[in-house]
Amino acid sequence: MKYAALLTNNADDVAAWEQMTAEEAAAARAEEVPKWEKLFADLGPSGVLGEGFELDSPATAKTVRVRDGETLVTDGPFAETKEQIGGLMEIEAEDLDAAIAIASRIPLVLRASVELRPVIEH
Amino acid sequence: MTTDVGRVFKEEWGRAVAALTRVLGDIQLAEDAVQDAFATALDRWPRDGEPASPGAWIITAARNRAIDRIRRDQVFTRKAEMLARLQALAADEGDVSPIPDDRLALVFTCCHPALAAESRVALTLREVAGLTTSEIAHAFLIAEPAMAQRLVRAKKKIRDAGIPFRVPPDHLLPERLRSVLAVLYLVFNEGYSASGEGVPIRDDLCDEAIRLAKLLAVLMPDEPEALGLLALMLLHDARREARVGADGEIVLLADQDRGRWHRSRIDEGTRILERALSYRRAGSYQLQAAIAALHLEDTTDWPQIAALYDELARVEPTPIVELNRAVAVAMTHGPELGLELMNRIDLPGYHLLHAARADLLRRLERNDEAAAAYRDALALEMNSGDRAFLERRLGEVVRS
Repeated sequence: MKYAALLTNNADDVAAWEQMTAEEAAAARAEEVPKWEKLFADLGPSGVLGEGFELDSPATAKTVRVRDGETLVTDGPFAETKEQIGGLMEIEAEDLDAAIAIASRIPLVLRASVELRPVIEH
Repeated sequence: MTTDVGRVFKEEWGRAVAALTRVLGDIQLAEDAVQDAFATALDRWPRDGEPASPGAWIITAARNRAIDRIRRDQVFTRKAEMLARLQALAADEGDVSPIPDDRLALVFTCCHPALAAESRVALTLREVAGLTTSEIAHAFLIAEPAMAQRLVRAKKKIRDAGIPFRVPPDHLLPERLRSVLAVLYLVFNEGYSASGEGVPIRDDLCDEAIRLAKLLAVLMPDEPEALGLLALMLLHDARREARVGADGEIVLLADQDRGRWHRSRIDEGTRILERALSYRRAGSYQLQAAIAALHLEDTTDWPQIAALYDELARVEPTPIVELNRAVAVAMTHGPELGLELMNRIDLPGYHLLHAARADLLRRLERNDEAAAAYRDALALEMNSGDRAFLERRLGEVVRS
């Protein structure tokens, strides 16, 4: 089965990132990146991790609607939630147990969470 | 349902649903097919007599009805595959032995942690034990349509979210077994000490829980906690009849008529507990069963009970365990120490905490405080047996 993993970030962590100086951010990134590289090295070749995206911060979001033929663009949303969507990942797994096992290896589960949803195939 | 079909239903339902779920990969379809098979049995058996191997007959009939349903229905996308698998299911009306017993996989699927706790309980009672939706709704005091919806949603979630139908692999087994044992114990507790304002004991739920625990003990014979849970249920259940007085009031252990205890059930529970302990892998249910066994001795060994609660509090540090430990400490070292421990427990909505505090205050002859604690307890929801008991005690401390 194919699952979509919605990766969330802890809002406090996001805020902390934004406060960092360039050097601090580089140091934090240097610590973070290897964990992800290890994940992709471990799981990439077997094909269980499909397409994935890291998303820029919610502050960069724009929302698009079309009403009565008019395109409306608003800033945000800036929902005041503890967790914010930070990325998407495709997981190919035999069943939910296998998908949970993979999701629990994604580094940010330790601070925030990963939401798993089955992908409806059309 | 005639008694014969009714008895076979109880014995064979779970096994047939499990066998068909394995083949079809869908609990709802399996359940419908097995339901059809029993409807056919109800029609035929009174006329033709009960078949030699009722279980095999039911699975064969369910398989044939599933084939009919799938042929008729155009929407199944995996129609050809499902039909092929059904045809391959060894179907011999006279012999159940070639069909693997998949009930353990069914139990683990129904108790998967991705399902809500109340759905796990309802699903296990429906699919494994074969209770009807209406029986389950009645047991948990909710409306039947709401229960039907809960069951449909749970089955849909199993299918759509890809919850596997299998006994979990070793690395997942301890966690998943905990969930299964918790579900069965919840069924038992709801029977043994019913919540809500209704009757104090629901015999049907106690019996179903024991039946399921026996099944689990047979399916997992080397699992000491499964045996421990069964022993615990039997040792509690041995006192079921003595727990309610003629007027429906709950009778405390110390005041129970021991002549009404069920001797053979105590022996059975003790034997199973000994077998569990022989594995030397103690766990929460074995500890609780050991405590229950001590309560059945002629003189209660409170220091030993308190020591077992110490151990239990280490394995399972919950406020309910702390409350029971405090009671055992009070019985061993006096009410003051027990009260001190109870005052640290944060369970404001639990009527038995207030009742236990009230009892210790009563023993210390601090009657005003005892009365206040009984009133705190009575302000909460509870079954009629507990309420009658606490009201009488309140009356006693107010008068004296």
